[in-house]
Amino acid sequence: MSWGSPEAFFAMGGYALYVWGAYAVAAACILTELWLLRRRRRTLERAPSRSNGAPGSDRASGQT
Amino acid sequence: MRLNVWKYASPPAFYRLAGNLAPWFLGLAAALAATGLYIGFFVAPTDFQQGESYRIIFIHVPAAWMSMFIYAVMAFWCAMGVVLNTRLSFMMALALAPTGAMFTFIALWSGALWGKPTWGTWWVWDARLTSELILLFLYIGFLSLHAAIDDTRRADRAAALLALVGVINVPIIYFSVKWWSTLHQGASVSLTRAPTMAATMLVGMLIMSLAAWMYAIGVSLLRARTIMLERESDAEWVRELSAERR
Repeated sequence: MSWGSPEAFFAMGGYALYVWGAYAVAAACILTELWLLRRRRRTLERAPSRSNGAPGSDRASGQT
Repeated sequence: MRLNVWKYASPPAFYRLAGNLAPWFLGLAAALAATGLYIGFFVAPTDFQQGESYRIIFIHVPAAWMSMFIYAVMAFWCAMGVVLNTRLSFMMALALAPTGAMFTFIALWSGALWGKPTWGTWWVWDARLTSELILLFLYIGFLSLHAAIDDTRRADRAAALLALVGVINVPIIYFSVKWWSTLHQGASVSLTRAPTMAATMLVGMLIMSLAAWMYAIGVSLLRARTIMLERESDAEWVRELSAERR
């Protein structure tokens, strides 16, 4: 498959909006998922370890 | 030494294993996606009927396959959780749901962008499209129901029940193009017939599907790890882990 020129490649035979629209949104979805997961993980690591046991039992043990 | 697979049913062992494996799966996914996209855009020929618009296939079909497959795996873990009462099973199901929902959305979105130039419409209420939309609602329903119940054990069971009832939708999606007259075309790739598409198109599509598999495995392992830490923050092994990091 030879496109001839970069312009021809990006034009996708007149279907640029459809083809690139599909791939751009898919890429955005994947990047968003990875970013949200990373944020969820970071929040967890920063949070002080919470305890469901006696109130304050864990906080007393010191630094976070 | 005999490999004991049951060892990995315990959260601390699974946590370490998942942490070691996830980067490999994600790396493999990136390499396969690069190869698949290269074949899809620079090797595969122009379709004589659809022109270049058919190139949406390389994202659409893998995403649609994964949307159904992840749901089936999620339902499997829910069933395991309900029957065996293992906490890891529910965590796996919960880790898979957002990725499954994402692939369902990509399948619907890329399908709409493919439908417009080829069918002349973004959307029709035919059996294939409607059942795929229901799949998206099932994923969202599963996650919302789980989030709405405070008690984790009850949330796990209630959401699992929803997932198990909804699994009936997966064969409906798959066979919808056979059972009903749909605007969506029938399967181009099946185990019983030779595929009805050019070899390079097929190879590109299959490599992209493998990439989607590797991505789904890698990202859900990472999410399972995070869910484990969230749930077992009081367990001895999590305390030891956070002590190691300091």
